[in-house]
Order: sequence, then structure tokens, then C-alpha cells
Amino acid sequence: MEVNEVFEKVKNLFVDELGIDAEKVTMEAKLEEDLDIDSLGIVEVVMAFEDEFEIEIDDEELTDVGTVGQAVNLLHSKL
Amino acid sequence: MSKRRVVITGLGTINPLANNVPDTWNSLINGESGIDTITAFDTSELPVSFAGEVKNFDANEYMGKQQARKLDKSSQLSIFATEEALKDANLNTDERLGPNVGIVFGTGIGGIGSTEQAVRTFDERGASRINPLAITQLMPNSSTGQVAIKFGIEGPSLTITTACAASANAVGEAKNMIQNGIVDMVITGGTESGTTAMTIGAFAQIRALSTNNENPTGACKPFDKDRDGFVMGEGSTVLVMESEESAIKRGADIYGYVAGYGATTDAFHITAPAEGGKGAVVAMQKAIDDAGLVIDDIDYINAHGTSTPANDKNETAAIKTVFGEQAYKVDISSTKSMTGHLLGGGGAFESMVSILALKNGIIPPTINLHNPDEECDLNYTPNTAIKKELSTAMSNSFGFGGHNGVLVFKKN
Repeated sequence: MEVNEVFEKVKNLFVDELGIDAEKVTMEAKLEEDLDIDSLGIVEVVMAFEDEFEIEIDDEELTDVGTVGQAVNLLHSKL
Repeated sequence: MSKRRVVITGLGTINPLANNVPDTWNSLINGESGIDTITAFDTSELPVSFAGEVKNFDANEYMGKQQARKLDKSSQLSIFATEEALKDANLNTDERLGPNVGIVFGTGIGGIGSTEQAVRTFDERGASRINPLAITQLMPNSSTGQVAIKFGIEGPSLTITTACAASANAVGEAKNMIQNGIVDMVITGGTESGTTAMTIGAFAQIRALSTNNENPTGACKPFDKDRDGFVMGEGSTVLVMESEESAIKRGADIYGYVAGYGATTDAFHITAPAEGGKGAVVAMQKAIDDAGLVIDDIDYINAHGTSTPANDKNETAAIKTVFGEQAYKVDISSTKSMTGHLLGGGGAFESMVSILALKNGIIPPTINLHNPDEECDLNYTPNTAIKKELSTAMSNSFGFGGHNGVLVFKKN
């Protein structure tokens, strides 16, 4: 799967599952500041990723994930 | 030094009748029912298929999907009702209310719908798929916390869970907080959203609910010989309460006064009222005493009046014990006949009804009362509202657990 395909899937998850405005979801968007996803929300996002991509994500892998782009790259590397 | 007087300066509500105070009041005085066949879920496996649901409320539209999905419905309704109450009290909802404002909320079963959902997910998909928001949605103090966050309420907070007396106790404790000078203002109220499959099924198991599925609007018939149980309702009602000085200082309109509060415990049985309503008797006496009144002063009683065989009989007996001959003269009604039983949200709703009855000089009726029970022989304002100059009202709330909360309101 190409990076842009992963991004589109991630964007759809954010919009459909979490109710975030579509135009806010860019590769550069910061999860906490720009998308208002707090520590509880991150757990939800991870669960949604795991379901959508049929993968498992360990907590340690999330340490460096602060933006949509970083999340997309992490997912892309695991597929 | 005399105690500070406590006033109500704002009201907000969302309930089976309507989604604001003026429409709710109009429905009440017109004797309308908010009870209907359940639309939220499939009731085919349940012995009861009707309830008082909130209607025309879209949380996604009201607070945005990102926020709405984080909250249990009981909390969504709380925020909605609080916003109306704050605006009604002429408070700025864009500014934080700050440390001199407290919050006391009542609820019977908190985020029970979220509990049910989380259990279903656990059973079907395992622990790792439980919604990470589940705890924050299901905890009974969730509404208190969410309302405080939304409106910046930084003073003391309490969540009271005394079942169907919860928000009567909330109003009473809020009164004491203001009277004792702890804070000048308390946002108080109650919320419940227990019109869910498991909860209705569980209440039906203890034969507490009416099973009159053929006639939902006629099912809740307090004090009637043919009553067969209560009807579940959902909703939230919020009151802005403050010291009289605080209201005068900021030029707020005053609805009326929270003058007396009496609370007792039956310590008898977890669901059944004590014979003759012993605990209720003392709570009523204490509330009247606390208001500095005598029985002859009470003009109207908004009864607990659930439409269960046990409550209505025992509440009637208790009123007779407290009021003696006066019991036959005082005007009584049960507005649960129209809303159903709002459980932990009932005391706040009925506080609102009491204060509006005083302000408007109208007593809302007990609808569906056609065949009075011999043991229920007082004046329950059957079927039609009456106009009457009123100066004091009393509101009764009694909860499973044996909790009794009685409030007395004054117009002036």
C-alpha cells in the first residue's frame, strides 16, 4: 500500500470514527494541538488503526508519533 | 445571625415533554404526556415497550460529533440543560464561572448505557477492544465533571446517587452550601438516561414498571386504582441557585426561594417504603421546619407519585400523618403522570415544576387519574390544571435504598 493510500484511510478513520473535520486532517496536523485528540483519544485512534489495518501497535512505537504524518509513516512501515 | 436566603435565578431542562423550560411548562399545564413507544432500541424481547424518551435531540448537531461521542447521553443532556439554565440566569456561558460557583448533581445510575455497551464489547471482542472512554462515560460523577469542564465551575462539587431522591438531595445540599456561605452560587440539578434495554429489563424484573404496552400515554396513573407501576423517563434539569444578595447584586430575576430541606432514611427495605411512609413523614416535617413554616402554610405538594401500588398508598398515608385534616385541603399533583419517572433527574425536574407553579399561579395536573383508589383519597388535581394564587410548595422525592428528600419552596 502506498503512503498516500494509508493517509486516505487514516483520514477517513479520523472523520468517520472520531468526528474530526476533514479539512483539519493533513499530514502536518498535530494530533493534540490541531485535532484535539487527548491521551484517551490516542488509545481510540490506535484501536481504530489496529482494526482497520489488521495489525498490532505497541505503546513504545507511539513515543515519536505526534502528527498525522508520523502516524501514517508508522502504519506504512508495518504493512 | 440569620441564615442567608437562597434563590433560584435560572432554569433549564430537556425531558420527555420538551427541550426547554417554556415548552415543558406549557405541556405540563395542558396535561400532555411525553410517554410513547420506545424508539431507541428493539424492545421485542422486553415485557415493556414504552418510556418517556427525550425527543428531537441530536447530540452531534448540538455539540459536534467529536465531543458528543466522548459523552454518555446522560452527560450530553446535562450540558444541554445547564446551558439553558445559565443563559436564563443571565450568566455568560463563554466565560468560566470560576471558584465561587459550586456544582451539585444527582443521578441514579449514571452512564448506564455506556456500561451496557462496554460489557457487550468485552463479551464480543475481548478486553483489548473496550472503548477507552468507557470509564469516563459510565462513572456516576461524569455529568458533574463534564458540566464543570464545559462551564469552568471551579468551586466544590458533589455527585449524589440516592436513586430517585438524588437530585432532590442535590438541590437540598446546594441550598445548605449557599446558606452556610461556602459559595455564593451552585449549579445544581439531575440527569438520567436509563431508557436502555438492560435497565428496562431489570426494572421490569422487580415488577416496578407498568406493562400497559397498549396505551403508553395512559400508562402512568398515579393514585389511580388501576395503576400498575412506574414508567421510565430520561432527561436532565438544572437550576441556578445563589444567595439572595448575589442575585440582587448582579440584578438577576428571582424565580423564588429554596426555603426548606428535609432528608431522612427509612433504614427498612431496599425497595419498599416503610409502612405508612415513616421516613417520608419525618423528611416532610423537617423540610417544613427548616423553612420556618407550619403545615397550614403549604399550598401545593408536588408528590413523588410514581404510579406504583406501594409508593402512592404510602405517600398518601405519610401526607395524612404530617398534615392531619389539612391533608384533605392541600392541592397535590404528580407530574410523573406526564413525564414518567426521571429517576435521579426527578427531584430537580419537580423542583422546577414547583417553582414555576408558584411563579405562574397554576397547579399542573395528575393525568390519567380516573378511578381513585380508596386508599388514595386526597386532592391530586386530577386531569386538569387549576389556577390558584400560591405562596409555598413542597416537593417529595423518595428513592430505592430508603432515601427521602423533601424540599420546600417559597414565592417570596
